[in-house]
Amino acid sequence: MAATAPLKAKDFVSDLDVRWCPGCGDYSILKNIQKVMPELGVPKENVVFVSGIGCSSRFPYYMNTFGFHTIHGRAPAFATGIRISRPELSVWVVTGDGDGLSIGGNHLIHTIRRNLNLQILLFNNRVYGLTKGQYSPTSREGMLSKSSPQGSIDHPIDPIALALAAGATFVARTIDVNAPHLQEMLHRAHAHEGTAFIEILQNCPVYNDNEWHELEDRKTRVSSALALANGEPLVFGPMGNRKGIRIHDGVPSIISLADGDDPISHGVATHNEAHHSASYAFALASMARPDFPVPIGVIRAVEKPTYEAMLQTQIDQALEQRGPGDLAKLLHSGDTWTVE
Amino acid sequence: MADPKKRIEQVERVAIRFAGDSGDGMQLTGTKFTESTALAGNDLSTFPDFPAEIRAPAGSLAGVSGFQIQFSSEDIRTPADEPDVLVALNPAALHANIEDLRPGGMVILNSDAFSGKNLERAGYDGDPLPALEDRFRVVQIPLTALNREALKDLKLSTREKDRCKNFFMLGLMYWLYNRPMDSTLRWLESKFRGDVFEANQRVLKAGLHFGETTELFPVSFSVPKAKIQPGTYRNITGNQALAWGIIAAGVQLDRPIFLGAYPITPASDVLHELARYRHFGVKTFQAEDEIAAASSTIGAAFAGQLAVCTTSGPGLILKQEALGLAIMTELPVVVVDVQRAGPSTGMPTKTEQADLLLALYGRNSDSPMPVLAPCTPGDCFTIMIEAFQIAVKYMTPVTVLSDGYLANSSEPWLIPEVDTLPRSKIRYHEDPTDFLPYQRDQDTLARPWAIPGTKGLEHRIGGLESEVDTGTVSYVPENHEQMVQLRAAKVARIAQDIPAIEVNGADTGELLLVGWGGTYGAISTAVNEAREDGLDVSSVHLRHLNPFPSNLGDVLSRFRQVLVPELNTGQLSRVLRAEFLVPAESLSKVQGQPFKVNEIRARIDLMLGAGS
Repeated sequence: MAATAPLKAKDFVSDLDVRWCPGCGDYSILKNIQKVMPELGVPKENVVFVSGIGCSSRFPYYMNTFGFHTIHGRAPAFATGIRISRPELSVWVVTGDGDGLSIGGNHLIHTIRRNLNLQILLFNNRVYGLTKGQYSPTSREGMLSKSSPQGSIDHPIDPIALALAAGATFVARTIDVNAPHLQEMLHRAHAHEGTAFIEILQNCPVYNDNEWHELEDRKTRVSSALALANGEPLVFGPMGNRKGIRIHDGVPSIISLADGDDPISHGVATHNEAHHSASYAFALASMARPDFPVPIGVIRAVEKPTYEAMLQTQIDQALEQRGPGDLAKLLHSGDTWTVE
Repeated sequence: MADPKKRIEQVERVAIRFAGDSGDGMQLTGTKFTESTALAGNDLSTFPDFPAEIRAPAGSLAGVSGFQIQFSSEDIRTPADEPDVLVALNPAALHANIEDLRPGGMVILNSDAFSGKNLERAGYDGDPLPALEDRFRVVQIPLTALNREALKDLKLSTREKDRCKNFFMLGLMYWLYNRPMDSTLRWLESKFRGDVFEANQRVLKAGLHFGETTELFPVSFSVPKAKIQPGTYRNITGNQALAWGIIAAGVQLDRPIFLGAYPITPASDVLHELARYRHFGVKTFQAEDEIAAASSTIGAAFAGQLAVCTTSGPGLILKQEALGLAIMTELPVVVVDVQRAGPSTGMPTKTEQADLLLALYGRNSDSPMPVLAPCTPGDCFTIMIEAFQIAVKYMTPVTVLSDGYLANSSEPWLIPEVDTLPRSKIRYHEDPTDFLPYQRDQDTLARPWAIPGTKGLEHRIGGLESEVDTGTVSYVPENHEQMVQLRAAKVARIAQDIPAIEVNGADTGELLLVGWGGTYGAISTAVNEAREDGLDVSSVHLRHLNPFPSNLGDVLSRFRQVLVPELNTGQLSRVLRAEFLVPAESLSKVQGQPFKVNEIRARIDLMLGAGS
């Protein structure tokens, strides 16, 4: 194999003009993914982006890789077919809160459940952007929108909790404009064997501006986000107003800490990505504004056999027990008779 | 085998219907009798008819399960309009089936089951037998008692013993029709051990012995071997043939197969069968729903596999959006609809052929879909190979319309020589020079199959309209029109690979019957019998519904009248009228049952002013 020049971010930029609205969080996500791709060590031709329908799902057009812009909600199912057929490909599903959790909820659940070795990036802007501003399954109760002029009467669902309930082996949350954090999550997701689900909090400036302002703004995020680090205590807040999270009976609570306090000895929980019980991760997932800081980082990362690996084991077993298939033998198996 | 003192009468053909409660093992009985008959060298056709529910209340009319087989020393293509013999294991089976028995036919029943409660559950007021004795030859066998007697010294519960009585009856029927029992004994050996094996093989032989010795049957019957083309045969059902046709396509095109499927009656068997063939390079994926089954299949095609999904009507309709994407992105997938009675949930275990318009037109906007339909159980094998060839050559999805009748019906099948199956090479596009994802082949109008993993060919495809040749998303008005026309022209080009339709009968005349799908047997039998009686009638049977064979219009024009018998309310007839401006008439049957030969013959006679 001839030595090829190392890949750069611009190798992943397609020749199509990007058509998201000015100020859309998707620009930042795109740029960061284009930066991370060359760092993953995957040949460019082996990368496939699969999307559904929505602003999020325009993503593949802007990546100079193989891409498949499919149908609303169904990207995980297409991606499953690709992974089962060609497990050597690096498959990235891009979806949104509408595409992935409304019409696509079922496929998301089952793809995660099966632990296909792929990455699912869900851009959550809490609104339907492409169709111009309806409320979505993650919109807050009471949200005023085109289709809810008197306020949404839906109770929203939390993507992290849903992924955990589906048995996700890797769940993370990050923020569109927090470049270092987003890049780190992408690296972690790629390294994970199994389904890696990342919720990316994303701003839609036209239909739901500033939904995540508290978490995007450098000044306020120290109090409103809980940055997770494996093995480290769950602490947040600025110096002078430090706080910690205790978890008792699966229920989180906040305690205040003086600047010199050792959090662990005050009962603050230590983050364990690989906690043997998903209950711990569910406790993290339950933490939401305004009462709690929003956990960002890797919420859960455990090892479980992937669908592709188990399928390959069965293929190997079948070959060992029965030998490669012989069509003539098959057609003549069982009872046959010959007419002279 | 038969008692030498008893006469053996030779007959040309016989039709037997086995009927009993769902729990009585009638499907198994019928299947074993069929295997034995196939091995005896008769031509045969079968028709299993069973309820959708797993277990209806015991002894009820809803729970009656039936299996009909016609076998002959001549070429036969249907399971027969009326059975000559009805084997009824309980009153409900009798009540549900007796009116179908031909006048003077024989009904063999389990007299032990004709007790008060059973008669009541079967909807009988009192004893029906005296009235029937005038019209049919009624043979009463104390089956339950005889069966228990044969097993009296075995350590099985009464219930376990009773469950074997279908094999006692099978043994008796083997004697009555001089069928060999070796294949059934071999099967029992492979399936059962210990007391259960002993019980079944004992009652099988006891049933045969009963036939030899009882005075109830003074005569046994034999049906000579049929004169058929030399070669090696096996008995095969449509679904089995379909599954193997998929494997054969993979071998022929030298590529792994991906099957995305969701369980649905009557197609699930294809998934079950293919799930056993991982060593053939077949990857089966049981998806979470019909839509995921189609989507994963299309994903597999995008990745370069030979991709197929199998379903029935309620599933095909769910897949239409995904199929629209496959048409737009011009990816090769094969979709199989094993049609059943609808609409909606309909009658899951009953046959129909009413998804033609759905297959042709079921997507939003102008979305041309090639459609094929097998005509016999064995043809389900051949048509799958053809479907994949078309899909890959023209870079298009292809819909194959089978039906519940073909799926479960069986016939002797001449096993093809695998070495003579034509091999084709799939050519993925590999050259990045001047690569345009939607640039078309001059002959087929197909775009290149450029799969992930190919260096330098990175590109994006999707459901938005694309620019001619480049595939870039385009909203330009004239471009859309051109692309719509190109997609239609590409599908129309498939006609160049479709052989001219052959007319069964005279090339021109008064009446032409046009059929498609599983009605082949009934239509061709009716037409051949009518021709033998001197009537001016011919027939064609379409395996290609879109595009049609290019000479179809010409053939239609050479007959004064055109009749389309279909198990729907006139779908093909509607399409023929629209496309060829011929006043095609419809013969519709929507009862969840195949056509009877005499139903078609009666209409032929009517249209020709013939018959009494």
